[in-house]
Amino acid sequence: MSDSTIALSVIFGIVAVSSAVAFYAGARYKMDLEQWSVAGRGFGVLLVWLLMAGEIYTTFAFLGASGWAYSRGAPALYILAYLALAYVVSFFILPYIWEVGRRFGMQTQSDFFEKRYGSKYLAAFVSLVGVAFIVPYLQLQLTGLGIIMEVASYGGIKRAVAMLIAFALVAAFVFASGLRAAAWISVIKDLLMLFAVVFVGIALPYHYFGGIGKMFAALVAAKPTHLVLPGSTKVMGESWYISTVLLTSFGFYMWPHLFAASFSAKSSDTLRRNAVFMPLYTITLPFILFVGFTAILVLPNLTNGDLSLLAMVQKTFPAWFLGIIGAAGALTAMVPAAVLMLAAATLFAKNVWRLIFAPTMTDDQVARLAKSLVVVITALALYFAIYSSTTLVALLLTGYAGVTQFFPGVVFGLFWKRVTMPGVFAGLVVGIATVAFLMLGGRDPFLGLNAGFVSLCLNFVVTVAVSLLTPAQASAFDEPVRVAP
Amino acid sequence: MRYPSVRAMLLALLPFIAMCFSVPLWDTVYPLVLGLPFSLFWLTAWILLTPLCMWGAYYLERAAAEKEGRRP
Repeated sequence: MSDSTIALSVIFGIVAVSSAVAFYAGARYKMDLEQWSVAGRGFGVLLVWLLMAGEIYTTFAFLGASGWAYSRGAPALYILAYLALAYVVSFFILPYIWEVGRRFGMQTQSDFFEKRYGSKYLAAFVSLVGVAFIVPYLQLQLTGLGIIMEVASYGGIKRAVAMLIAFALVAAFVFASGLRAAAWISVIKDLLMLFAVVFVGIALPYHYFGGIGKMFAALVAAKPTHLVLPGSTKVMGESWYISTVLLTSFGFYMWPHLFAASFSAKSSDTLRRNAVFMPLYTITLPFILFVGFTAILVLPNLTNGDLSLLAMVQKTFPAWFLGIIGAAGALTAMVPAAVLMLAAATLFAKNVWRLIFAPTMTDDQVARLAKSLVVVITALALYFAIYSSTTLVALLLTGYAGVTQFFPGVVFGLFWKRVTMPGVFAGLVVGIATVAFLMLGGRDPFLGLNAGFVSLCLNFVVTVAVSLLTPAQASAFDEPVRVAP
Repeated sequence: MRYPSVRAMLLALLPFIAMCFSVPLWDTVYPLVLGLPFSLFWLTAWILLTPLCMWGAYYLERAAAEKEGRRP
């Protein structure tokens, strides 16, 4: 057997077995809208935690982080800071979101905006923006899958074809089983990823340099500026670092699927305790960076940094091992892709289409619409994935620039009485318009700052100013809790 | 409207200062610590220290909640 056959067989074997386990887990349930999209809200704490914690182990961390360590250097360090800080932010907002969520029976982020600000147009706009910025995140996962197949086939399968296959796999997976399968498969995915990352993060520097410390000593001698901001870029300096860490740590739980996941926790105290310990889950990320740094000296001429982890494994280990690492990578792309597709499709069908255009739709009709939307949204992401050449991390930052614009509306909604619907609406529109203007116009970073952060600041200013200029509104959140007799 | 306790927020500010705002102070390769560039060592150390800060914040929140006479 050729190397590519071995590697690809191992990948498909592991993915197939994991999917079978997941399908089995989902097969006992009737797939109505609730089951398919939120697994009937019946997840225990452990499954919720795995889904939420597993969120950081996506293709972004696996291939993207090592890719930026390779191509950018020090700017990749922002990834270590923002995840730990995202949990710190979550400590102060998720318990409050959970409490209003339970009081008003909320299912989605859009429900939060509708209840707090009393406008279905704002709620629909929030959903629409959420769906729009899920597309680059989905594109990231599909690109990652494409890269894995390309490397594992030793170049035999071209990237675009590989992404088409990947798209078919994930869509079939989502169609057949919904969220419950995704949760179970993420158990397998996290274990495999944990092993893969720590093993290659230690083994590769030892193999080529005799240790992690020796690898860094060699790297510092060869490329002294790579490990200090702005690394091997010209524009990602200290102000870029600070603004990017702030944007992404504020934005983490603004992703529609993560925001909604907090509703399924058992209590607000569970969310607080999770927030305390979650930073420890990110301790594997330095190992991923080690791989990217090692690759600089061993494989200096890669065309794309995102290839660095897999190319290193391919160069160093036999084909079957590349297959195992490739399978870990494939699962870290497929599970988040499935969750993102589900979230985007359900959000659009339920909180945009039914809310505004077809209030009489039944849940079954919404579920059918959502399933067909899975294909549309993924095809869109696939189109972008094939026709653009952005790095994986840049794709994620585009998503963050968009979803973090929800932050003022959420935080003021919870903690500031005087905020009004027109204020939040205007702030959000200005924020998104600024993101589009700066990022599509290639003006990121802007004046040394992350363009998404600049947009967020404008968003805050406009939200506050317009709120103060418009008449105060009563908030449903402030109504006294009616205790059942 | 309820608000998080101010003392818990001050404690949570520590990881933000350490990992984000103070970057000009630790964005350097030397001294190498445990073989790691200083910046990488600093951030990894704070991934381990952040739960400690938040553990303190958790108890401050609970104490504040109990003082107000509600369940945390």
